Amino acid sequence: MATTIVMPQMGYDMKEGTVVRWHKQEGDAVARGEVIADIQTDKATVEFEAYTAGVLRKIVAQAGVPVPVGELIAVITDPNEPLPDELPVKGAAGGSAPAAQAALPAAQASAAATAPVQPAPATPADVRASPIARRLARERGIDLSLVVGSGPGGRIVEKDVLSFAEARPAAPARPAAAAPAPAPAAQRVELSRMRQAIAKITVDSKREAPHFYVTSDVDMTRAMSLRREINETLPAERRVSVNDLIIKASAVALGRHPKFNAFFRGDHLQMNPSINIGIAIALPAGLIVPGIGGCQDKSLVQIADASKDLIARANSGTLRNDEYSNTTFSISNLGPFDVDSFAAIIFPPHAAILAVGRVKEQPVVREGQLAVAQIMKATLATDHRVADGAEAAQFLVEIRKLLEAPLSLLL
Amino acid sequence: MAIISYREAVSQALREALEEDHRFFLMGEDIGPYGGSFAVTRGFWEEFGPERVKDSPLSESAIVGAGVGAAMAGLRPMVEIMTINFSLLAIDQIVNHAAKIRYMSGGQFSVPLCIRTVTGAGASVGATHSQSFEGWYASVPGLHVVVPSTPKDALGLFRSCRELMDPVIFVEHILLYGARGEVPDGPFKIPLGQAEVKRLGRDVTIVTFSRMVHVCLAAAEQLAVEGIQVEVVDLRTLRPLDMETVVHSVRKTRHALVVEEAPKQGGFGAEIASQVQHLAFDYLDGPVERVAGEEVPIPYSMPLERLAIPDPERVARAIRAQLGR
Repeated sequence: MATTIVMPQMGYDMKEGTVVRWHKQEGDAVARGEVIADIQTDKATVEFEAYTAGVLRKIVAQAGVPVPVGELIAVITDPNEPLPDELPVKGAAGGSAPAAQAALPAAQASAAATAPVQPAPATPADVRASPIARRLARERGIDLSLVVGSGPGGRIVEKDVLSFAEARPAAPARPAAAAPAPAPAAQRVELSRMRQAIAKITVDSKREAPHFYVTSDVDMTRAMSLRREINETLPAERRVSVNDLIIKASAVALGRHPKFNAFFRGDHLQMNPSINIGIAIALPAGLIVPGIGGCQDKSLVQIADASKDLIARANSGTLRNDEYSNTTFSISNLGPFDVDSFAAIIFPPHAAILAVGRVKEQPVVREGQLAVAQIMKATLATDHRVADGAEAAQFLVEIRKLLEAPLSLLL
Repeated sequence: MAIISYREAVSQALREALEEDHRFFLMGEDIGPYGGSFAVTRGFWEEFGPERVKDSPLSESAIVGAGVGAAMAGLRPMVEIMTINFSLLAIDQIVNHAAKIRYMSGGQFSVPLCIRTVTGAGASVGATHSQSFEGWYASVPGLHVVVPSTPKDALGLFRSCRELMDPVIFVEHILLYGARGEVPDGPFKIPLGQAEVKRLGRDVTIVTFSRMVHVCLAAAEQLAVEGIQVEVVDLRTLRPLDMETVVHSVRKTRHALVVEEAPKQGGFGAEIASQVQHLAFDYLDGPVERVAGEEVPIPYSMPLERLAIPDPERVARAIRAQLGR
């Protein structure tokens, strides 16, 4: 039976994906679980596995051309079965349900995603251009969206493409002729797909979610000394970081304040049973927020192991796609960059994000006496649609208390 | 090379047939002593006699039916339907008999019948006398539909029609009888299914036929002053249809405008537009446009009638809009 393969949804905000490379050609046999294509999303390039065996009968999505999620990209049939006459535009029938699972195969991620694949010049359907203009553009590799139309109603006509083609090779020669050096023009740097994704997500968040912020000083003195003691018992490669303590404290606090682990869904809150904490990791290409799943069931040391693994694999570009698609809360820690405090943008559809600065020795007053303490400023950004200020304060104070009495993090 | 009128060209064509082949005869309303409603057969009755120039009763069905029978029996009838409007009374004879008999008799009979008739508006003769049904007949397999626009084409095409063994609707335009033009000397012929480029141009192709050829040539003349070079293709026959010449021209100019006198909806121009977009799609620099008659019965009032059918100004306007000028 023919199975339609559709562009999988590989992240909550994924709207489209691009097949970067087909590993198989039309007519090739494919085994279940075999990688048939590399699909680039906003964040990563993912190996896409066949979820059924057969023959790759038809490739619909051309390499380099973005395809909306759910649209047909290929058809797999039985070895001797011809291509069905009618292919569903959406893979609603039959094959689409497994597609969602197929979206979570062993995958390759991230570093590759930063170098955007140059798509073949495609003519978007909404560009008004005459048939011959389209044909010329296709033949000469001209992106019609860059051509200004002079025909009736702004239609791009033949001569527009021809004059565009003429102007193009001449362009680089121009600066050489410039005698009185003109003011240098601003350089144009194209956005990587990751940069585009970050732009979109942060704007969406700021537009949709009314942020408010509560900040507290956390006395990390005892937490730091506990961490030192723990690390003395652990081999170097398993050491617990300050961030791990914050993750653990947040996980415990989220268990007690489940609203902050929820998603706002218009007319209701989706209370997420699992506490999956995303940690913001700065890569040269941009920010990614992979998550540690099931934090409610993980010990501090397990969290430390998991976060070290995430950071290592984020840097080597081998994160799995599901590792950044299912988070419920996130933490951004700019302490290593020596800032005291900052406010973060909520990562949708989360309800809140915790932003922490560095741990800094500061004079404090304890029972009327000056003392030196290790203070860390923590700022919680909260979506006001989910929770009010008092609730955010209680949640933040919960985290503070846990960090200030850190033995409870070991329970 | 002589300069003669369209009327004289048709008249000459008929005379040649009568003179050269005794099987040819004419039949129609008032074609005898009266000389025909458009004076095409003036003097014929006296010259060739009532056996070969036969006045008929006022019955188009009988005229065509008798012609079909005579043709099946081996004669070469040339019948006249005074105007194409009255051909509706004979449409069963034309479509179900003349056009079908060769096919339905398995080739035992053929119908070498020429039906001459007169099409078109512009003579202020009212809604029932001003229609252009040649496009209808062009949709019937088994018929040839010939729509000459000049004296030369009328004569040359009629000479080719005489050689056909299948029925022809030879459609003359009511306003063209006085039109004069050069006609080559000698027995030249123009084959059916061969369009002619009546004016060369490189910016846009007008595809048209019959009197609209002259309307379009006048529009082209106006536009030339504005620097727009219009190519005018005269189809000359609607069936068979020469799309090769049309497509060749459109590939050069990248634009096509189809002009016809009949109302736009369902008009023959739609067939041309459809074939152009199919055959020349990758060469088009804009949509195939159409100029046609308005969706009204042709008014009797002269000023209103002029508004109902295409004129050079409308054609020129359409081309300016099409080219964005």
